[in-house]
Amino acid sequence: MSKLEALTGNAAVANAMRQINPDVVAAYPITPQTSTVQTFSEFVADGLVDTEFVTVESEHSAMSACVGASAAGARVMTATSANGLALMWEIVYIAASNRCPIVMSLVNRALSAPINIHCDHSDVMGMRDSGWIILMSENGQEAYDSMVQAVRIGEHPDVLLPVAVCQDGFITSHALERVELLEDEEVQDFIGTYAPQWSLLDLDNPKTYGPLDFYDYYYEHKRQQVEAMENAHGVIAEIADEFGKKFGRSYGYLEEYRMDDADVVVVAANSTAGTARTAVDDLRDEGLKVGLLKLRVFRPFPAKELAEALSSAEAIAVLDRSISFGSMDNSGPLFTELAAALALQGVNVPIADYVYGLGGRDIAPGEIERVYRETLEMAETGESRGVTYLGVRE
Amino acid sequence: MSELKGWKEIPIGGMILDAGNSVEYDTGDWRAFRPVFGEAECINCFQCWLNCPDSSILVDTEKEEMVGFDLKHCKGCGICASVCPVNAKVKKKAEDELEKDEASLCIRIIEEGKLQEAGYE
Amino acid sequence: MATRLAPKELMKQPERLAPGHRLCAGCGASIVVRQMLAAIDEPVVISNATGCLEVATTIYPYTSWRVPWIHNAFENSASTISGVEAAYRSLVRQGKMEEKDVKFIGFGGDGGTYDIGLQALSGAVERGHQMLYVCYDNGAYMNTGIQRSSATPFGAHTTTSPAGKKIPGKQQFRKDLTRIMAAHDIPYVGQAAPSKWRDLMEKTRKAVNCGGPAFMNVLSSCNRGWRHATDETLEITQLGVDTCYWPLYEVEDGEWRLTYKPREKLPIEEWLKRQGRFRHLFKPQNRHLIDEKQEEIDRKWEELLERCGEA
Repeated sequence: MSKLEALTGNAAVANAMRQINPDVVAAYPITPQTSTVQTFSEFVADGLVDTEFVTVESEHSAMSACVGASAAGARVMTATSANGLALMWEIVYIAASNRCPIVMSLVNRALSAPINIHCDHSDVMGMRDSGWIILMSENGQEAYDSMVQAVRIGEHPDVLLPVAVCQDGFITSHALERVELLEDEEVQDFIGTYAPQWSLLDLDNPKTYGPLDFYDYYYEHKRQQVEAMENAHGVIAEIADEFGKKFGRSYGYLEEYRMDDADVVVVAANSTAGTARTAVDDLRDEGLKVGLLKLRVFRPFPAKELAEALSSAEAIAVLDRSISFGSMDNSGPLFTELAAALALQGVNVPIADYVYGLGGRDIAPGEIERVYRETLEMAETGESRGVTYLGVRE
Repeated sequence: MSELKGWKEIPIGGMILDAGNSVEYDTGDWRAFRPVFGEAECINCFQCWLNCPDSSILVDTEKEEMVGFDLKHCKGCGICASVCPVNAKVKKKAEDELEKDEASLCIRIIEEGKLQEAGYE
Repeated sequence: MATRLAPKELMKQPERLAPGHRLCAGCGASIVVRQMLAAIDEPVVISNATGCLEVATTIYPYTSWRVPWIHNAFENSASTISGVEAAYRSLVRQGKMEEKDVKFIGFGGDGGTYDIGLQALSGAVERGHQMLYVCYDNGAYMNTGIQRSSATPFGAHTTTSPAGKKIPGKQQFRKDLTRIMAAHDIPYVGQAAPSKWRDLMEKTRKAVNCGGPAFMNVLSSCNRGWRHATDETLEITQLGVDTCYWPLYEVEDGEWRLTYKPREKLPIEEWLKRQGRFRHLFKPQNRHLIDEKQEEIDRKWEELLERCGEA
């Protein structure tokens, strides 16, 4: 029996954390994530969880304590945004390399400078090579559901990698919406107990964690991480499938919207997918064959699935909420990866990139309609265009 | 040196499961000087054991005796001789300043190349 | 019953740091570690900051640690062990793990503690974790090749405070980290040296049994950086103590206590002249720096005596 509640995205995530009841949470306040740990700390104060809540003095220490706790065999979670993630950076890599299945709620926010507390994806895009599994969420419901699934994905013996569950800062983190919460027992049954094969607290079998590798072994340890990431691909689908069967909400790597006969497809992630859906409906009313492809799993990058889903499109536009400065065309990271994936899979479709919404700049359905119309034109010409910086003033 | 293993053969995350396996690694070949017993009798005070940076003082825990030096690992720093109270006593009694390899000491520090000359090996 | 702090008894206990590590011959760090771990009868779990001790003891696929040990990064030994301790408390509280009076210890060098790790250390002890943080202070970034840290003594030559024609070594007095940690009002703070092993061991025992966060600052010679012979490690360490460069004291629940008073307080020259890193101070044009150093040491010693009620 699930129950409907009106919750912000952050409150939904905090409730997922309460129901997961992790052994340790180490976190530090940062806008727009703060309300997650505030709400969670109330659960701790009210004795609703067994969690040891470590109120660290920085995000660097948050991730450091998470690594220590995870090595000690605990189920561990944290939450952060933007500069907080940037301060964690060094340890973000170490968490993945030490194979700590930490789950992080990442409330996406623009990186400084200038300092800006609003949404874009520059924070998460920076961690794309760190070895974390990265899940994107359109709304609080998805963030909630993915938090629950993330525990299983990360802790899977063939994976053992940390997982970041993203949602858009303020846009969904602070927006009240209808969220269907699972029963506490349902969550507990789904995630099960964590029984790590190795633990630093196994006092009778002492182990060394985090030694020094020279050129003779470092590469082998990195190769193992590749294997784990490859395994994660299958595990994410398995767990989504199980989740869907049990609770009726299905998830995959991608979510298609009105794609069946679509000539033109826009690829988007997080909350903008919702806005784009409105645009698709409006344009479909005009008789235009447009569709939307929402990316749920950013790491491991579902290249084959993307290529398959996009193989019959006549033109594609990517919505990128960050810039990869100095990259091909100064475009967004999603675009460069998707373009490369399509090329390697032999999908030769004209493609364009639209950078939008930096630092929380609003994107209206009208702007996305413009994207669709321009992409329809591109389908006519058959020639890829470079990047467009949508909504910036000249 | 152990044979290099492939990525499927080693524990994940850089974990080392065999605690204390550095005993298999030979640091004794770093040594330019070697500690050896001299003429003065050891009083089994275990100061050398307590202060050895390389856990290389061999002790018989039952007989409560210091029995020698772990030459597979001893790097020849000479700290054992410098903290030896018997050495201190011998030095105090001697009229002149004693060399570190003086035969009358309890723990002598001898250059590896001069061991034969000194009657060891 | 606790093992008596006598070498004859201690040597019967299992050796927790295996040989075969690759610290330099005569290194002070492994002496400190061996003595401290020998003083603890209970199970220990260790985190280690990046640095000589960490690097040299865990060159893959070898480890010298016979106890659970984790290295995370340079600046976060304290936050890492705080996470391990939090996990332990959580698991024990939930009945997922048996309580075993585990002692949690974080090790770091002076670079990893005085400088880059100070924030993490301050945060961890403020939060009240039951942990002992140990700084083995050799007064420079030895692992990267002897660069100055805020623990480097005044006048010392390091590779980033070289004794040049115009600037004769490090220009600043060292940071007094032990006092900074005492200002955190944690249950136990101690300053020790392996040349006074019983004092070091007694302090270690108090520290791990104080029921809260503890900090120890332990003088640890690096003969490569200090420039002395490998067998002089403990002798020169003790000269640091007897010149009152490194007084041995503790602050237990706010009570300051001198644990060793030199029979005769030696002039700082006695310590300086034995180390190559101070050689340039003995040139006529630099002698005044030795006087300045002596004044600073005297001032701090008097202050300490007063705090300890010995003045």
